[in-house]
Amino acid sequence: MARVVVDVMLKPEILDPQGQAVQRALPRLGFDGISDVRQGKRFELEVDGPVDEAALARIHDLAESFLANTVIEDFTIRVEEVAEAVK
Amino acid sequence: MTARIGVVTFPGSLDDRDTQRAIRVAGAEPVALWHKDKDLKQVDAVVLCGGFSYGDYLRAGAIARFSPVMEPLLEQAKAGLPVLGICNGFQILTEAHLLPGTMLRNNHLHFICRDQKLRVENAETAWTTDYAAGQEIHIPLKNNDGQYVADERTLDELEAEGRVAFRYVDFNPNGSQRDIAGVSNEAGNVVGLMPHPEHAVEPLIGTGRTDGLPFFTSILKKLVNA
Repeated sequence: MARVVVDVMLKPEILDPQGQAVQRALPRLGFDGISDVRQGKRFELEVDGPVDEAALARIHDLAESFLANTVIEDFTIRVEEVAEAVK
Repeated sequence: MTARIGVVTFPGSLDDRDTQRAIRVAGAEPVALWHKDKDLKQVDAVVLCGGFSYGDYLRAGAIARFSPVMEPLLEQAKAGLPVLGICNGFQILTEAHLLPGTMLRNNHLHFICRDQKLRVENAETAWTTDYAAGQEIHIPLKNNDGQYVADERTLDELEAEGRVAFRYVDFNPNGSQRDIAGVSNEAGNVVGLMPHPEHAVEPLIGTGRTDGLPFFTSILKKLVNA
C-alpha cells in the first residue's frame, strides 16, 4: 500500500489573506525574520493496490477536478512509501 | 398558469425557505428540489440558494457541485434553463464552471453582514429585465467567501461582453476584483451574485425596501410570456 500526497496551494498571483494574517501574527509571538506566509492544503490519499502510472493519472484527474480549483490553485502530487506497521 | 421555479436544498442550505417565499411573493410557484433528486421535476427555472452546503468543506460549493441534482441542472442550464445562484449558489455555479471565476475568503477575513448598495450593470439577463441598466439597489449581503476573482483576460472578456451583471457601489465589502458582485453566462440564462435578493422582497422586513423582488418578477415575466 502506498500513500499519495496532494498539496494544493493558491497560485502565486492570488492574494492569500489567511497567510497574511498568520504572517502578521508572527512578530507579536516573537518570531522575527519571516517575510511571507502562504497557507495551503495537504491531502493524504491511501491507495489500494499499486501506484502505477494509471493510478497516478486517475489521481491527477481527481486533483484537477475536485481537490483543487485550478482557477485559483496549483497542485503537486507525490508518492510517499508508508512505513510497515510495527508488529 | 404560472411558472414553476425549483429551489434546491443541499445539506447545509440556509435560505431555501426564504427563496421559496420570494418566488411566491412574486407570483410564481416554488418547487422544492432535493440534492439527491436525479431530475428537476420539469421546473421552468432553478434557484441555488445561500447557506453553507457541506459546511463549505474543501471549498465553498465544491462538494455540492457533484450532487446528483447537479447533473440534469448542468445539462439543462447549458441548453437554456434559467438558473440563479445566490451566495453559496453562486459559489456552486462557479465550481461547476457554469460561471467563470471563483470566490476567495473576504480580503479582511471577517464574516460580513450588511445592506449593500449595488448597481445593475446588465438589465437584459433572464433574471434582471425588471431593472433598468444603471439602477442602484440595496440588497443584504452576508458571507465569508465573497471575494470574486478571475484572471485578467476573463475579467476583460466579462466586461466587454456585458457579463458583469452587478457591481458593488460606494464600498467594496470583500476585495472583489473590479467591484464585481455578480456575473452571467454568455447566453444570460445563468446568473450568480453574492448578495441576497430573496431577503429584500417585502417592505415589512430588512431595510423596508423590496429591491430584490425584480429578480423574481423578471423571470416570471420571461417564463409566462415565453
